[in-house]
Amino acid sequence: MNEQKKALLVLGCPEVPVQMALALFAGYHLGKEGYDVITAGNPSVMKLIKTSDPAGHYLKQLTTLEHCIEDITEKGASYDLCISFAHNDAGISYAATMRYLLPDIRFITIVFGREATELAPRIEYTGEQIVEIAVHNPVPIRRKLQEVMGWGVSKS
Amino acid sequence: MGCIEELSYNILAKGMSFPKSRQYIEKTYAEVYHIMPGTKIFGDPLIGPPPIAIGIEGDLIVFPYVKPCHGTFLLSIEDSNEALRIRQTAKYVGKKR
Repeated sequence: MNEQKKALLVLGCPEVPVQMALALFAGYHLGKEGYDVITAGNPSVMKLIKTSDPAGHYLKQLTTLEHCIEDITEKGASYDLCISFAHNDAGISYAATMRYLLPDIRFITIVFGREATELAPRIEYTGEQIVEIAVHNPVPIRRKLQEVMGWGVSKS
Repeated sequence: MGCIEELSYNILAKGMSFPKSRQYIEKTYAEVYHIMPGTKIFGDPLIGPPPIAIGIEGDLIVFPYVKPCHGTFLLSIEDSNEALRIRQTAKYVGKKR
């Protein structure tokens, strides 16, 4: 019997608009690929997701960052893929924590926001990086994500 | 939120980068310990690139506390039981003074 593939999306502070768009976009594509998608974030992130996707079409399973970490460290939760979003120093700290806890899986850090190029060199852990100074316009960074994930690049 | 926010704490610094918080702790406190990300202190898993430095002076514990929208805070909490627990379980990396 095949076990369901699991993907973890780790969202940072939601103040930069492209994060929510990219998270919903990733949830849509990961779901299409058969992943069980779990999304971790702070309470504001949870409210934004529940407002943007009230029926849970794209991001159905939500958890707090603290519970997500406890599920891994205390309940042995495991994942096949983690996509971590970072647009500030705290985002890098959360991503580094998740990488430490999930050392053997495919790990992608999406570094975005106005300071993306200054932040990216602070990443000291292994994994793929998508770096783009993206704030309001999600298209360039979405294209990079599509390329990295093989989701087919659209022209729009 | 976590347990730490319900405790009586002092904010020693806020808005610093995580590496700076580590550097500050390692240069400032009498006893320095390292823990790895996700290890709990005061019931909360600590966040940050490994290793995470914790300073202890007597019963005073100084540690970085990361919040997604507000960055890294340097907090201090006085608690003899937790100080003892950290001394017994965390990796001691030396006296930095």
